[in-house]
Amino acid sequence: MTQTPPSAPKDDSNRPEATASPINKPENSPEERENKNLSRRVKDVEISVPIVYGTIAFWLGRKATESQSHRWTVYVRGGTNEDLSVVVKRVVFQLHPSFNNPIRVVDSPPFELSECGWGEFEIAISLYFHSDAGDRKLDVFHHLKLYPLEQNGPQSTKKPVVMETYDEVVFPDPSEQFLARVQNHPAVVVPRLPAGLELPSSASTEERRGSMKDHPLGHWFMNFSEADELLKLAAARQQVQAHIVKLRRQMSMVEGSSGTADPASAF
Amino acid sequence: MDAKDILGLPKNALPLSQEKKSKPPKEPQRKPDGISREVYMLTGGVPPLMPAIDTSQLKRRPPTDEKVTWQWLSFSNSARKDDLKLYHWVRVVNGVPPTGDYPFAKYNKSVDVIKYTDEEYENYLTNPKWSKEETDTLFELCERFDLRFVLIADRFPSSRTVEELKDRYYCVTRAILIARAPSPADVSAHQLIKEPYNVKQETERKRALSMVLSQTKYQERKDVEVLAEAKRIHESRILAKSAEEPEVPSTSDVGTENADRTVLPGSVSPVSGAATAVADNATTLASLRMMRVYLRTYALDQMVQAVSASAGLRTIKRVEQTLQDLGVNLKPKVPTKSVCGEHLELRKEILTLLNLQKQLQYKEAEGSSYREGSYNTDTPETPKRSHRAGEQDRPFVPEPSSFGGDRIGKRDQKRKGPGRSSDAPSSPATKRARKLKADG
Repeated sequence: MTQTPPSAPKDDSNRPEATASPINKPENSPEERENKNLSRRVKDVEISVPIVYGTIAFWLGRKATESQSHRWTVYVRGGTNEDLSVVVKRVVFQLHPSFNNPIRVVDSPPFELSECGWGEFEIAISLYFHSDAGDRKLDVFHHLKLYPLEQNGPQSTKKPVVMETYDEVVFPDPSEQFLARVQNHPAVVVPRLPAGLELPSSASTEERRGSMKDHPLGHWFMNFSEADELLKLAAARQQVQAHIVKLRRQMSMVEGSSGTADPASAF
Repeated sequence: MDAKDILGLPKNALPLSQEKKSKPPKEPQRKPDGISREVYMLTGGVPPLMPAIDTSQLKRRPPTDEKVTWQWLSFSNSARKDDLKLYHWVRVVNGVPPTGDYPFAKYNKSVDVIKYTDEEYENYLTNPKWSKEETDTLFELCERFDLRFVLIADRFPSSRTVEELKDRYYCVTRAILIARAPSPADVSAHQLIKEPYNVKQETERKRALSMVLSQTKYQERKDVEVLAEAKRIHESRILAKSAEEPEVPSTSDVGTENADRTVLPGSVSPVSGAATAVADNATTLASLRMMRVYLRTYALDQMVQAVSASAGLRTIKRVEQTLQDLGVNLKPKVPTKSVCGEHLELRKEILTLLNLQKQLQYKEAEGSSYREGSYNTDTPETPKRSHRAGEQDRPFVPEPSSFGGDRIGKRDQKRKGPGRSSDAPSSPATKRARKLKADG
């Protein structure tokens, strides 16, 4: 994506905790302590934010016109519908150039956008993060799906076409300030922090305004189960490992009998 | 119209109508004489490809008083030293035969090979590697064969390479040229002085050429792979560098961390012959950590690439085929950290498995050829290639058990169906593999 949002609003991440009191870390040298909190990064810690992006498209049925046959919503939500605004500052959706103002900026949760149309196209979604999380943006691409796949039956006005993708936004070695701010937020996965690490205290009195838990389209959201995936992988690994063991055994047999007996006859 | 078709011109081409419009009064002149009307119609008025010259014009000649005859006459060739008389047909105008030299005599070129005196040799040309006799022989041969050095090298009594001969010849010639010139400036423009013969480069050039020509297909493929790999590494380094730059204060930290990472990878499960992949893994990890933010799926892609860096394209395809057979998505649906980790491990294990399969096949082929007779022990792969290839094409087929979806079941049924052309030649290896599968 080449476009940047037309009007960059003032950085709203300068919340009270951004000017948090200096912390005392005995292992740090004085000059390092003088560095801004922002630039100090916590090594070997990885913050990840599960996100799901996708579209839900309803066929308009009898109300459908030639140019507006579907009403669809594109969104970025938390892995389990938590409020993403703690990490995500702004989401920019880039629609097909045939739409009016194809670049849509959403500055507050829920990060979603509804439109009417007739055609499928690729939506570029840019995620912008709060400044303590780094000023880089991430681009993801989602293909808007309006027409159901054949195996899912004919079009109906009742059942929408849902396409979602699960991914995780990863912040390796985050800044201390960012870590402290999001540490206890449900939208964020923070690993067990190294012992002895003290973080600036954060006022975790965020109102949960951006949660999508009671979203009107909520019951169409897909479930992404990590456990299922892990189970499947474990089963596959077991099979492959068993096969490796078998091959190793055969190998040693071939090596042992090489030149004396037919290895095939050993079976 | 046929001619138009062949030329790919549009049927009712514009030029035709234009011609008709613009030159109506010349209509009678459009058909040149000497072409029958039917033939002219075939071309549709397009200028004919063959020069259509009026035959009457061919016969008409400029009025001349020349009387030309052709006569069988003898001639002498100045390029010949013997006075051989040969005959040929000559155009004789007004009874006067052509005078002058035989026209082809001028093509009998010969090289002016420099001659040196004994005194000059003593003064300028002595060379510890060359005796005077040898040099004399060389110059004789050069004269005789007009500097065709391949022939000279063939006839040369002692064994000298073409490059040695050339070098000696050009060195001597240059030395003589310089010695005889009144001042060095007089000969500085001479071809031989301006562009001296470079033995080293010439030898190197021929060596490189023969190397390229004697390369096998396999080596070429390997080279391409290595180059592609080098390019990939280079790109990833550039990426890492650019990620590193904005963080000037912590550069030293990053450096040590990098070193730590490259030492660490002993813990990664070993994939046979994939030491480079492991090292790659570490650099991938390091370059990922230098990014401020990235997507999990991006990281997984990078890691998958690093893991399969040492494998060929064919092997990567087989890994993916195996994943599908196992009912595992090529890209995880829920790419959490642990899912990605497991996915990577699975890929590594499949690589190990495929490597083992290959080794086993090789060992078997080796063993059986050893038993078959001693005549082919040194080249075990040649006689075995066909059945090994057949075996290689057969992908690892997991048992349709425990978790398998119906997709796998269907696939397996298809495999077991009659008329499996791919496995038709039942070599001992495939038979055994099938048996294995049955009791697995």
